[in-house]
Amino acid sequence: MKIVVCVKQVPATTDAKIDPETKRIIREGTKAVLNPFDLYALEEAIRIRELVGGEVIALSMGPESAKNVLTEALSMGADRAFLLCGREFAGSDTWATSYALAKAIEIVGGVDLILCGKQAIDGDTAQVGPGIAAKLNIMQAANVMQVDEIENGTLTVRRMNERGYDVVRLQTPALITVVKDINVPRIPTLRRAREARRIEIPIWTYKDIGADPDKIGLAASPTRVVRTEPPAIRNTDTLTISGAPAEAAKLLVGEMLARGLL
Amino acid sequence: MKVNEYEKKEYRNIWTISEILGGEVLPVSFELLGIARELAAKRACEVWTVVLGSGLGGAAESLISYGADRVILVEDPRLGAFNDELECHILERLTAKYRPEIMLGAATNRGRALIPRLAGKIGAGLTADCTALAIDPETGELLQTRPAFGGNIMATIRSVEYRPQMATVRPKVMRAPVPDLNRTGEIIREETVPEDAAGIKEILRVVERKESSVNLSEAKIIVAGGRAMGGPAGFQLLEDFAKRIGGAVGASRAAVDNGWIGYPHQVGQTGATVQADVYIACGISGQIQHLIGMQSCKTIIAIDVDDTTPMMKLADIAVKGDLFEIIPSVINELDERVRA
Repeated sequence: MKIVVCVKQVPATTDAKIDPETKRIIREGTKAVLNPFDLYALEEAIRIRELVGGEVIALSMGPESAKNVLTEALSMGADRAFLLCGREFAGSDTWATSYALAKAIEIVGGVDLILCGKQAIDGDTAQVGPGIAAKLNIMQAANVMQVDEIENGTLTVRRMNERGYDVVRLQTPALITVVKDINVPRIPTLRRAREARRIEIPIWTYKDIGADPDKIGLAASPTRVVRTEPPAIRNTDTLTISGAPAEAAKLLVGEMLARGLL
Repeated sequence: MKVNEYEKKEYRNIWTISEILGGEVLPVSFELLGIARELAAKRACEVWTVVLGSGLGGAAESLISYGADRVILVEDPRLGAFNDELECHILERLTAKYRPEIMLGAATNRGRALIPRLAGKIGAGLTADCTALAIDPETGELLQTRPAFGGNIMATIRSVEYRPQMATVRPKVMRAPVPDLNRTGEIIREETVPEDAAGIKEILRVVERKESSVNLSEAKIIVAGGRAMGGPAGFQLLEDFAKRIGGAVGASRAAVDNGWIGYPHQVGQTGATVQADVYIACGISGQIQHLIGMQSCKTIIAIDVDDTTPMMKLADIAVKGDLFEIIPSVINELDERVRA
């Protein structure tokens, strides 16, 4: 099975603190990491390869520094990795990004399965996975929590929803996006991590993937960010209740009723 | 589709994509009609809604009473469960036929899978998880505001040269209108996709969880527990508490990773993002990854022995004490008030 995993480099949130004024999270520094959901997609791809054989290819679009997350993918066990990079791609929204990744997947050729994380933790849109499936005109399942069965030409998965889950059968080639529940990602071995650092990651420009320059980048993106602002400031007064449990409970229930919360 | 100024004029009206489950209209569908009506009043246009399902009963009448001027109904036994490809096929055809200026979907699991597929197919701009929408009455341009970076930035987005303008809207953010049973509207029945159409997946089984406490996106109140719950027994206490106040049960990643409660309950960066009216955090210290998933809840209540944690500082109401004493006392207090 030929599997492509789409991964994204995102800003880390681990160093962030809360702003005492706005009570919102402030992000310090710009340390970049592999999008957490993509770890589960990579792990699942590697497990499928271990089960049925084949190849795992990691694919990303981003600045040259995004090679780091592809090296991480290789150290987990991906066989090859490619980076879509170039100023022509800059400013792409989810539509233009889906187009570029779909073109790259066509260039890889003969791909049976595409895995993505549920969403990236910076944009939180969850749009690129279904966007790629749309461009390639293949079946999709989002929020997959378990792969039940892989047979010749089909893939049976459980996808999570608000009230439970559905079991669906997809014809391959297909695209799935995965949630954290699907597996526990492996820790790369030192040996594999060393090997991974020596694997060359080719950079593909828009020409290499045969992309129409009128369909990538900011100019080709249907959506445009017109402004950004901090979210509304939360009520900054904290009402503290303490004391004996029965007393505290009485105060809390009284306060909740007074504020119309119950 | 990319359009010029002349072509733009062919796109009219505001559409919502309703969500139906087992013949029942989900509340978010009414919320979509609420915001659609507000926008339509400014733009002086109609509100249409599309219902895809099976055994739709009185769904159309109900949607009209909540503000739809026209309801497009597509019934097909295959639409009893969510089918990305089938629904996308139908919507593609309807969009080409009727050309809505704006199309709003719900930011539910279904909407977040279906709407981006549709936008990808028809080449439209799409903004996910909107929490505010405004319209320019003259041009029909939709200003779409959404949280990004885990709710730390509000970005306002527009899609000037493309039609329809598409957005998914977070459940529980917009207000549902008061239904008017005397309201009239037109029901338009449209064809489904032929049985033998290619590229449509097979849904083998739909499994609903027994506990009602899992539906975090629709719950008004969420009672969530962290590491301090100590084990599955702790979560049973939260389950009881949630049941008592009609809420759902959430959990921190630590509690889920320890196997005390299932992943569908996890709130935070690698779990669900929730926007409930009330979030009661029990023994959750408030790591950044958790706060990202719940900081947009309207009122936050924290219960913890340690009042120096980020969660206790973030909270609107912070209760200092042992949650294993406080929660039973709260349940008791509620019972007593009911008796009184």
